[in-house]
Amino acid sequence: MTEETKSFEPTIIGFTCNWCSYRAADMAGTARMKYAPNVRLIRLMCSGRLDPTFVFKAFASGADAVLISGCHPGDCHYISQNYKALRRFHLMKRVLTQLGIEPGRLKLLWASAAEGAIFASEITKFVEEVRALGPLNWPQPGEQVSTPIMEEVTA
Amino acid sequence: MEKKEKIGVYVCHCGTNIAGVVNVGEVSTWAAENLKDQGVVVSRDYKFMCSSLGQELIQKDIKEYGLTRVVVAACSPHLHEATFRNACKGADLNPYLCELVSIREQASWVHTDKVAATEKSKALISGGVSRVVYNEPLEPLYVPIHPATLVVGGGISGIQAALEIADAGYRVYLVEREPSIGGHMAQFDKTFPTLDCSACILTPRMVQVGSHPNITLLTYSEIEKVEGYVGNFTVSIRKRARSVDEATCTGCGICWEKCPKKVVDNVFEAGMGNRKAIYVPFPQAVPKYPVIDRENCTFYIKGTCKACEKFCPTEAINFAQEDEIINVEVGNVILATGYDPFDARRITQYGYGRLANVFTSLEFERLSNAAGPTGGNIVLRDGKTVPKVVGIVHCVGSRDKNYNEYCSAICCMQSLKFAHLVHERTGAEIYNFYIDIRAPGKGYEEFYHRLLDEGTHFVRGKVAEISDAVRLPGEEGKLIIQVEDTLTGNQLRVPVDMAILSAGLEPRRDAKAVAKQFGISCSADGWLIERHPKLDPVATVTEGIYIAGCVQGPKDIPASVAQGAAAAARILGKIMQKEIALEPIRASIKEEQCSGCRICNNVCPFNAILFHEDKMVSEVNPALCQGCGTCVAACPAGAISGTGFSNQQILSQIEGLMLLNIKSHKETVPA
Ligand SMILES: Cc1cc2nc3c(=O)[nH]c(=O)nc-3n(C[C@H](O)[C@H](O)[C@H](O)COP(=O)(O)OP(=O)(O)OC[C@H]3O[C@@H](n4cnc5c(N)ncnc54)[C@H](O)[C@@H]3O)c2cc1C
Ligand code: SF4
Ligand code: SF4
Ligand code: FES
Repeated sequence: MTEETKSFEPTIIGFTCNWCSYRAADMAGTARMKYAPNVRLIRLMCSGRLDPTFVFKAFASGADAVLISGCHPGDCHYISQNYKALRRFHLMKRVLTQLGIEPGRLKLLWASAAEGAIFASEITKFVEEVRALGPLNWPQPGEQVSTPIMEEVTA
Repeated sequence: MEKKEKIGVYVCHCGTNIAGVVNVGEVSTWAAENLKDQGVVVSRDYKFMCSSLGQELIQKDIKEYGLTRVVVAACSPHLHEATFRNACKGADLNPYLCELVSIREQASWVHTDKVAATEKSKALISGGVSRVVYNEPLEPLYVPIHPATLVVGGGISGIQAALEIADAGYRVYLVEREPSIGGHMAQFDKTFPTLDCSACILTPRMVQVGSHPNITLLTYSEIEKVEGYVGNFTVSIRKRARSVDEATCTGCGICWEKCPKKVVDNVFEAGMGNRKAIYVPFPQAVPKYPVIDRENCTFYIKGTCKACEKFCPTEAINFAQEDEIINVEVGNVILATGYDPFDARRITQYGYGRLANVFTSLEFERLSNAAGPTGGNIVLRDGKTVPKVVGIVHCVGSRDKNYNEYCSAICCMQSLKFAHLVHERTGAEIYNFYIDIRAPGKGYEEFYHRLLDEGTHFVRGKVAEISDAVRLPGEEGKLIIQVEDTLTGNQLRVPVDMAILSAGLEPRRDAKAVAKQFGISCSADGWLIERHPKLDPVATVTEGIYIAGCVQGPKDIPASVAQGAAAAARILGKIMQKEIALEPIRASIKEEQCSGCRICNNVCPFNAILFHEDKMVSEVNPALCQGCGTCVAACPAGAISGTGFSNQQILSQIEGLMLLNIKSHKETVPA
């Protein structure tokens, strides 16, 4: 198992907003900062555009994890939409748990246009975290879902 | 997919920028072979896609293959999206049917593993291809540009910008926080390297601003609120109460002569001199009307005094005056709020604030200024002793990991200027302690040589400490500058009478707040960020917001003036176009699908969604919608679609991105 986990390269879908976090990625590029190649980004106008369907679609299409990034709270180009993203993020984590997916596979990252270094290092960190979780395996029909999740459902 | 699209894929080498890491040939061939089902009919790689030859290549293919969609894999869309969209437009393909995929900023520049970077590039292109199928032809929205401009900050950059625009015949609102315009330059005596008198070159411009028919000057004022977008900003300005009626005041000066309340002037005089409670910061102030500093005025504190009111010949004093909120409409904005000097107290071992005869650069400017508190006599803190030995410390707070890592650009030159002034006025012996001499401007190196000829000592080394602790004979009553001369390797203790700390420049304390107000960002250091560090130094990522002068980073007066003029030129160009094309990224509601739940009404930050009570449906006002897409994501009925970023586009892009996994353990089942 350890051998397999070691060689496992997670594929991660990342959503960025157009104004801060995508520019943080640009900044990381311009400054030639290196980070893990496992994340593929999709640019939205704002993190508030993030429809939870996108996250579930990414998992359904085989992504091992999903990254959501936007401007720092208070810095959103559209005033306060990232707070809505924040709320949806917590909701999605809950739903993922109920679906039997580790909530650690969904990450929220605030990054300003100047924070290329943070963007790069956080991605590398996230990739390692997901690598440790291993590939996303959907529970097979009839498979026993682990207990804490059952508690959550019945609670 | 009802109708099959014909897609062209273009992979750029960007010289070796991309091709050095990503195997572009392999990527291009892969796309041609593996993305056929998605509609790719041609795929090419080329050295510089953005060059005219590269663009022609795309245009030729659009014509020959009848391409209906184009995907370019190159640099960030923030750099060249417009370039490739225009290329498509030139070949009669709607520009919004072109999608730019970033394999430079997101692959070649950030990954070292060539295989992984190549595989990732393929995935990104696959995502772009899947997305572009659902792109829709769009037309840009044209909005009129309001011809007035707001300039924030009345230092030399703001003054230059305001004059350029006003001279071209357009209205400018110049907002300055202090009672007078002029900024830091007004505090200086001489300016390097030519040593022309600062006031002589600055004050005529200030007067021009004050009397220009096209400039509305609002001093002692601050920006309260900014709304709107390029071409159509509404700005609320708080004009603070001066307690003086500008319509009747003649600026005669009797009030500040009679005012009994002396206040240490920490702003203009840098704490070196006094002013009154009613004051103009300096004699040539523009405008000429004084303000009453209510925190220090005896009347506001104790309820009695009113000396100024008694003596004012025109009855201009108005103690009951209140702040005024002025709303203006402008099409563009220039931020020229400048810098704050580095606070030398932070470097405790240099003794500023503790050792009387340690001065900061701004203090020395006032000390050497003919109009300053000592009338230009360079003397010690006691107000009379002329120093015999003076030490000037460069790079204070700059090029230092503990404070600011950047070079403040002007401190070497300002230190040389100080050395020259001390030499000229006192004949004192002068030591300049420097790390490197940076004199890259026109006439700067020559100025440095002039100082060498004047006999100034240059010691290469970072000063460790300034103290008054006597250890050796001859050090009594002196300040000791402890430094390692790195050219000889000797530890030196240099006794001086006066030490001047050449403090660097820092972003304004409120730079972040100002940036936020106008929807732009600061760098990690705190300077406002330009759109492109080389090719677009005065624009910002927010359309209609420009920056000029030291607000963008440390620079000298010529560079500040150049940026002020540059920003003005950019705006004049926009004003003359009369209207501007906006990205047509907007939300719209399909009436038949809207259930009238009104959830979207409240999520919109711009109140762009209105509700029709009669039909019980919501509608988006495209003039107010900024395209953030939050309502699209929020609508439970899926009735809202966002152009340019539709659900279909993004869901399809996700599938495309997942077409292949990097060295994955599992086979991806193509969706
Ligand atoms: C000690 C010293 C000596 C120097 N000597 C020279 C020299 O000899 N030659 C040379 O070329 N350069 C010199 N410089 C550099 C020079 O000061 C700058 O290049 C120049 O002043 C920059 O002008 P600015 O308009 O960008 O900024 P500033 O001069 O800082 O002007 C900014 C203005 O904006 C106003 N403002 C700030 N925030 C707000 C706000 N929120 N709302 C409204 N208004 C606001 C401020 O009150 C100020 O009036 C020197 C610098 C120092 C520190
Ligand atoms: S005395 Fe009156 S008129 Fe003269 S400067 Fe003062 S307020 Fe203005
Ligand atoms: S009221 Fe008195 S203290 Fe206040 S400004 Fe007038 S003279 Fe000065
Ligand atoms: S624009 Fe970045 S989060 Fe809203």
